[in-house]
Amino acid sequence: MSDSPLLSLNNISFGYTGSPLLFDGLDFTLTEGEQTGIHAPNGSGKTTLLRLAMGLEKAQSGTVLFQGSPVDSAQALHHLRCTVGFVLQNSDEQLFSSTVLEDVAFGPLNLGLKPQEARDRALETLESIGMAALAERPIHQLSGGEKKLVSIATVLSMRPKALLLDEPTTFLDEKSRGRIIRLLQEMGIGRVIVSHDRDFLRQTTVSLVTIKDGRIAPCSL
Amino acid sequence: MSSTAMHQTDPRALLLVAGGAAFCLSCLQSLVVSGTGLALAAIFACVCAPDWRSLLKRLLLANLFVLFIWLTVPWTMPGTDILIIGPVHFSREGLLLAMGVTLKCNAILLIFLTLTADMGLLQMGCALQKLHMPVKLVFLLLFTYRYIHVIAEEWKKLQTAAALRGFMMQTSFHTYKTIGNMLGLTVINSITRSHRIYEAMLLRGFSGDFYLTTELKARRRDIIFVSSCFFVLACLLCADLYVTCCHV
Repeated sequence: MSDSPLLSLNNISFGYTGSPLLFDGLDFTLTEGEQTGIHAPNGSGKTTLLRLAMGLEKAQSGTVLFQGSPVDSAQALHHLRCTVGFVLQNSDEQLFSSTVLEDVAFGPLNLGLKPQEARDRALETLESIGMAALAERPIHQLSGGEKKLVSIATVLSMRPKALLLDEPTTFLDEKSRGRIIRLLQEMGIGRVIVSHDRDFLRQTTVSLVTIKDGRIAPCSL
Repeated sequence: MSSTAMHQTDPRALLLVAGGAAFCLSCLQSLVVSGTGLALAAIFACVCAPDWRSLLKRLLLANLFVLFIWLTVPWTMPGTDILIIGPVHFSREGLLLAMGVTLKCNAILLIFLTLTADMGLLQMGCALQKLHMPVKLVFLLLFTYRYIHVIAEEWKKLQTAAALRGFMMQTSFHTYKTIGNMLGLTVINSITRSHRIYEAMLLRGFSGDFYLTTELKARRRDIIFVSSCFFVLACLLCADLYVTCCHV
């Protein structure tokens, strides 16, 4: 694990239009290989924090740095999104292609891989998570657990340096939850996991933080 | 060409023939040549269609639209009257026009259903893109296929939620208002979802260009198939021109 910050949010202030400030002077840093869980009450801004980090929301003040450089241009944002993977809470919003293989190959194609290379990489990723048999299956025929695993595969196929996961166990049964825990435990890459499931965070992350009064605060596992 | 052979044919060739047939058949003026077109389409379907029952079912459904033409055109088109019922006149010109539309419409449908019914949507999208159709339209087609199920699911959830609170469809203002609200909510949810999907695409490096992983390869037999079909279509057009000119 390297100590160099991969992604950092410095002195961030943010509030949705017409609402009070959600974050006021928030600082958050993710170093390479770091595995952090965020456990906080509803409405505290867990998902918003991830959206700010990935440039889906724009902070009123403060800076987002990726590998030490500010994310202030379309090019920098594209580079960030091709290097850090974000798994959304709702898999139906993450998976938009017609088949599993097409969806997993979408990211690699955007990275500039040739169609055949992208297909190979997608198949390889699906095999690595034990989902190769579903490659040609239409997305709408997958179960909730399968959709979540495929969502993670779509991001893993881009070979990211870190993963941001938003409530990965929502709507999942025990079996699917167990599969995701095993998958995350087998992966060595850095991650930020936002979840209400404290036991899940205990098994998949090393450190835990919370959001209190618009700022990051330590929290025990 | 059997149904198995059809599966092995390059989807671009199938779409080219289907599009060409639709264009040529719709241009026909003569009833005799249109009838010949329908006969040829039926023979083609007989040889190639894998499932006749499903083909006829689809054809029957599509003919419901043709029924509207029969219910309006002959009764409203001015011309030589062949039947008069009270104030309503049934004209010969209207009858011929309705017959022409029916023949051409069924011929086009038969060709389209035979050639494309068993084609996967992804295959179709890929073939359309390779045929240089606008990329945005192709992806609109693919996205519609992907999300129509999700929207249908959301609609079902709303229906269940309403039913759980005792809602029953009736001919009443309350029913219309509830259905309106549910439809509105489905549209709003769809719009919100489309924004989120766009974000999900951005998050995976989407920068405006679409790519497909399927690679298509045209073989000699595909070229022969397209050429033969276009030759038959050209013959039909020439025959139509000849019959129309002689008639004039």
